[in-house]
Amino acid sequence: MSDPRTIAVAMSGGVDSSTVAAMLRAEGNNIIGLTMQLWNQRRLAGYEGMPEKVTGRCCSLDDVYDARRVAQHIGIPYYVVNHEERFERDVVRPFVAEYLSGRTPIPCSLCNNHLKFDQLLVVARQIGADCVATGHYARVGYDDARGRWLLKRPADHSKDQTYFLFGLTQEQLAHTLFPLGEMTKPQVRELARKHGLALAEKPDSQEICFVPGGDYKRFIDAYLAEDGEALPDTAGELVTANGEVIGEHSGIHNFTVGQRKGLGVATGSPLYVIQINGADKQVVVGGDELLYSRTLRACRVNLISVDDLREPMPVSVKIRHRHEAAAAMLEKIGPDQFLVTFDQPQRAITPGQAAVFYDDEIVVGGGWIE
Amino acid sequence: MRRIYLDNNATTPVLPEVFQTMSPYFGEHFGNASSIHHHGQETRAAVERARDSVAMLLNCRAAEIVFTSGGTEADNLALSGLTVGGDHMITSTVEHHAVLNACKHLEETGCEVTHVPVDGRGLVDPDDVRRALRPNTRLISIMIANNETGVLQPVEEIGRIAAEAEVCFHTDAVQAAGKVPIDVKRIGCHVLSISGHKMHAPQGVGALYLRKGTRLQPLFYGGRHERSRRAGTENVPGIVALGKAAELAMQGFDRGDDRKMSALRDRLEQGILTQVEDAGVNGEGALRVPNTSSLYFGDIDGEAMVISLDLKGLAVSTGAACSSGAIEPSHVLMAMGQRVDRARASVRFSIGKQNTGDEIDIALALVPETVARLRELSPVHRKTVVS
Repeated sequence: MSDPRTIAVAMSGGVDSSTVAAMLRAEGNNIIGLTMQLWNQRRLAGYEGMPEKVTGRCCSLDDVYDARRVAQHIGIPYYVVNHEERFERDVVRPFVAEYLSGRTPIPCSLCNNHLKFDQLLVVARQIGADCVATGHYARVGYDDARGRWLLKRPADHSKDQTYFLFGLTQEQLAHTLFPLGEMTKPQVRELARKHGLALAEKPDSQEICFVPGGDYKRFIDAYLAEDGEALPDTAGELVTANGEVIGEHSGIHNFTVGQRKGLGVATGSPLYVIQINGADKQVVVGGDELLYSRTLRACRVNLISVDDLREPMPVSVKIRHRHEAAAAMLEKIGPDQFLVTFDQPQRAITPGQAAVFYDDEIVVGGGWIE
Repeated sequence: MRRIYLDNNATTPVLPEVFQTMSPYFGEHFGNASSIHHHGQETRAAVERARDSVAMLLNCRAAEIVFTSGGTEADNLALSGLTVGGDHMITSTVEHHAVLNACKHLEETGCEVTHVPVDGRGLVDPDDVRRALRPNTRLISIMIANNETGVLQPVEEIGRIAAEAEVCFHTDAVQAAGKVPIDVKRIGCHVLSISGHKMHAPQGVGALYLRKGTRLQPLFYGGRHERSRRAGTENVPGIVALGKAAELAMQGFDRGDDRKMSALRDRLEQGILTQVEDAGVNGEGALRVPNTSSLYFGDIDGEAMVISLDLKGLAVSTGAACSSGAIEPSHVLMAMGQRVDRARASVRFSIGKQNTGDEIDIALALVPETVARLRELSPVHRKTVVS
């Protein structure tokens, strides 16, 4: 390695980002540890249905404590930066609004686009860092032939987080490091132990960080109640695909496409949510076979491996984080609007989720499912 | 890297003379000041000498000084000790959290609290205090100097209002002690809090002035220490240090140290303001303690500024850190009517007795270049410049 670089590491207090800080430090770089304070966990404590005690993970004092201890252990300066206002504006508000309009949002992608790789990168560069490193499992590299920065799936596909990173711009990728891209989780834990990190055995976090216990419905109630806003009445009819009304439902934000439980109707064969019509507050239900569809429209698309798509391109597409990418044809139909036509029908294509396009290991781009 | 510390309103280094005076009380003179034997007598004498010095600093009697664990305890002791459920008290919107959160607790226990506002300079209008008086008003608590801006409140006028209304007057003097002369008689206060570590004594010691005849409910129950006003074995080394720091502060006033300090502060402030565009002083137009300069820099994130400067060796601060260490927009600047973005764009420089002109020169070189880099990389700034 040539001159030591100054790298800001986004430290969450978990094993992955802590290990990134330790390994980059061991390589001789100047490291600055940064933790983003995004959400005050105590804010909604005590509201109806919310736990009195803080159980969510996001920016909990425990995690900040852990990150700070790691920074002290490896001997790097460490700071907590407050981005609560921006997080609320760009992640929490849209998250609530999406559910209330009958869609199923992914706050992690919004957070990556608006906070981690935007705000944090700005702060990192302002304070003298060349780039930001995170504990995401993904790979980034410059491709001379294309003249573009590429985002690629990590060596360990079981930990692949590229689905949440499709919004990264060329400028952002040029200043981002994913040092765990070639590693598996057990290797990361082993490295954490080797560096003497006390949190090497800390369990992974899974749920949406700011929603305690993963109960987003209660979160929405409490969030609106805190603002003095009543929950808008999103109750309406439960209808079949033919338009036949078969019951009523408590509110469209309580449903997700593909959901089976909690429909409140008993029929001979299992019923699923097929579609949610935000405008007329209808939840359309039907048999499993109706969940399959061959096409989707993606809007607000960000392209990574190519600057534009002039002709249809064969790709594989993931429609949710745990989805096996499926072969499809990608076609541009508007300025940042794309049509995906799958070879085989896909189950439960869900508005509000992301569609991320892959060319083998390379992320072509992605957008939001309409 | 040479490190320069300009965050003396957060804490100050223990001065060498202070350290020298306190250090025998860790080993050589270790007695419990309540013990009747030689060892106890030795430390009792030291505690009482320190009490004399602190009393002299505040122009009161030694018996009116109660040693505490610090400014926060002194504030809490004053507020909880002088009010009961059903009482009304008056405070301001710019007090330290030691007062504001103690008030919040009092509200939960049945007290009513009125927060008088401040103007754009950060000043309380004494007439607002007068107008807030009620028949059941028991206590007024208004600080002398604000920790963030250094602005000095018209406490003597408020003291007169309290006297006329026969209401207790507490003043938080934590950021004033050692920086400006304090005279409890001129202020007309019944209770006053100070903290050791803001005036070059160590962390963990403070004192409360309690005017003779003012009855106070203690916070702790235990032995009859501090005339039953504060139970718990005395922190002898800390108290000795506070006494010495008080002596040094008085000597400093005689020598004109406060004028020297304000000259350093003004040089720093004016130097920055002449080099940096779109910057200004928070609390401009008000009298301030000689060591504090709260400055705002348009289109700057104060948090990024503090981190940048720290990485270059200059320690300053912004707003109040929350429990995670993240910065929240300052309640003081917001109370002065500033918008969130300006409050966020503010940085506090605070000088201590140990700082030198040489250090101010280095700060004067670092700050403008840091502001320039932050602005260059700020999306907000770029937008404003283009449009």
